[in-house]
Amino acid sequence: MKIKDIPQDRAGSLGGETKVIYAESDSGRIESSETNGWEVEEIVLGQALDEIKRLTLDAYQRARQGKTSALEFHMYHQRMDLPMLAQAVGRFQWMVKRDFSPQRFARLSAEKLDGYADVLGIDRDTLKQLPETYE
Amino acid sequence: MPTYWVSIVIHSNNYLRPMNKPLEHRHAAHCETGVMSAMLRYHGLEVSEPMAFGLASGLTYAYIPMVKINGLPLIAYRTPPRMIIRALSRRIGGLKMAFQKFRKPAQGEAALDRLLDDGRIVGLQTSVFFLPYFPEDMRFHFNAHNLLVYGREGEAFQVSDPVFSHLVTVDRPSLNKARFAKGALAPKGLLYYPAEVPAEIDFKTVLPKAIRFTAKINGKRSPVPIAGAKGIQRVARNIRKLVDAEERYAHLYLGHIVRMQEEIGTGGGGFRFMYAAFLQEAAEILASDQLAEAADEMSSIGDEWRLFALMCARKSKARYDDTFDSIADQLDKIALREAELFARLSVLESK
Repeated sequence: MKIKDIPQDRAGSLGGETKVIYAESDSGRIESSETNGWEVEEIVLGQALDEIKRLTLDAYQRARQGKTSALEFHMYHQRMDLPMLAQAVGRFQWMVKRDFSPQRFARLSAEKLDGYADVLGIDRDTLKQLPETYE
Repeated sequence: MPTYWVSIVIHSNNYLRPMNKPLEHRHAAHCETGVMSAMLRYHGLEVSEPMAFGLASGLTYAYIPMVKINGLPLIAYRTPPRMIIRALSRRIGGLKMAFQKFRKPAQGEAALDRLLDDGRIVGLQTSVFFLPYFPEDMRFHFNAHNLLVYGREGEAFQVSDPVFSHLVTVDRPSLNKARFAKGALAPKGLLYYPAEVPAEIDFKTVLPKAIRFTAKINGKRSPVPIAGAKGIQRVARNIRKLVDAEERYAHLYLGHIVRMQEEIGTGGGGFRFMYAAFLQEAAEILASDQLAEAADEMSSIGDEWRLFALMCARKSKARYDDTFDSIADQLDKIALREAELFARLSVLESK
C-alpha cells in the first residue's frame, strides 16, 4: 500500500486518536505512517459492540422480569461473557451461572459479591442493582 | 504453562545502571514491538519497531479453535503475547531482560515505585479495559497490553504507550487494576526492564536465522496444521461453510477475523506490512536482492489481506456481490502466495 492510499476515514471509535500503519513512500521505502481510521474496521467494531449491546439489553429485560440476576446484566455491560467471567473469578462456569438466579444472587456473601465487582471493575452496590433504564 | 511465567528475577547489582534521562516517545503500530524498540533505543541500541518484530520472528498465522473469544475462535497474526520479548532476548546476543511477577498487588506496586524512583523505565503488562486513556469503544478485556512507565509525579504515573501518538498519565488505582486484572493471560503485575543491553547486534548472523525461522513455522514445515498457510486454508474452508450458518453469526465470525487482523494494532494487513518493512531493512543491511524482492512480495500480500478485510466488511453490508466462496477464494490465494514466499525464504543462505 502506498502512503497516499492509506484510508483516512476519521473513525469515531478512535476518539480522535491515530494509529500507525506501515506503507510505501514514493521512493518505495516502507515506513511508519498514520491513519485516523478505516471504515472497514469501523464496521466490524460496530458489529461487535452491537452484539454486546444486544446481549446486555436482553439480560436487562430478563433481570427486570426477575428471570435473571443483575450479575448477568453487569457481566455483559462490562463487556464480559460467561467463560471470561468464570475464568476471572477462578470458578467453573456452572458455578457462576448458578448466581444468575435472582434468589441465590440476593443471598450472596459480601465476599463473593466483591469478587465479582472487582473483576468487573465496578463497586459492590452498583453490582447489586439494575440501573433505572437501559436503552 | 511455559515455565517463564513463574520465573522471578532477583534484582541484582550487576544490572545496567538506571539511565536517568528523558525518554523519546515514538508512535508505534503494536504494543509489544513498540515497547521493546523504545526500550532498546533508550539504552543506546537503535532497533526500529519492524526490526524488533522481525528479529523476534513475530509474524505468523494461527487458527486456534480451542480458544474462544466471545464464542469465536482465536485467530492470531503474531506469536503469543510476551513471545516477542522472550525471542528478542534470545536472538540478540548480550541482551538480558529482567522479569518480575507478583503474588500480591501491594508488592508489585512497591517494586514499580522503587524502580521508577531509581530512574529506570519499566515495561508493564496491563489490561486495556482499565486504562482510562483508551477510547471507550476500544476498551475490551484484553490482558496482554504492553506499555512503558517512565516516571511518576506523586500518584500519577507517566506512561509512554507506544500505540498512542502522545504521552499519557495514569492514576495509581487505575494502573493497579490494569496490572492485576484477572482472567485469561492475567498479567499478575508483570514488569520488565533490560538487565544488560549489548552495544551492537551481529546482524549478519541473526537476520538470516530469524527470517528462516519465520519462514519455517509458516511454510511447508509448519509444525501444526493450524499455523501458517495450512491454517489460512482451514479458515477459508470454515468460511465456505458459513453459507449454512445463521446470518448474524456469519457476520460476527467474519468481523471477528478482521478485528484480529486490523484493529488490534498490527500496522495493517495483519502485520504483513510491518514484516515487509523489516525485510526491506534486512535487505539493506545484508545487501541482498533476494530480500528486497521478498519485501515487495510481502507488501503486496499485505494488500491482499487488506482486500480480504474489505470483502468481509462488505459482505455484512449486503450492498455488494461478495459471497462466502469469493471471500474464501481470496484467502486461498493469500495462502498460496505466502507458502511460496516462505518456501523461498526458508532456505535463505547466511552471508
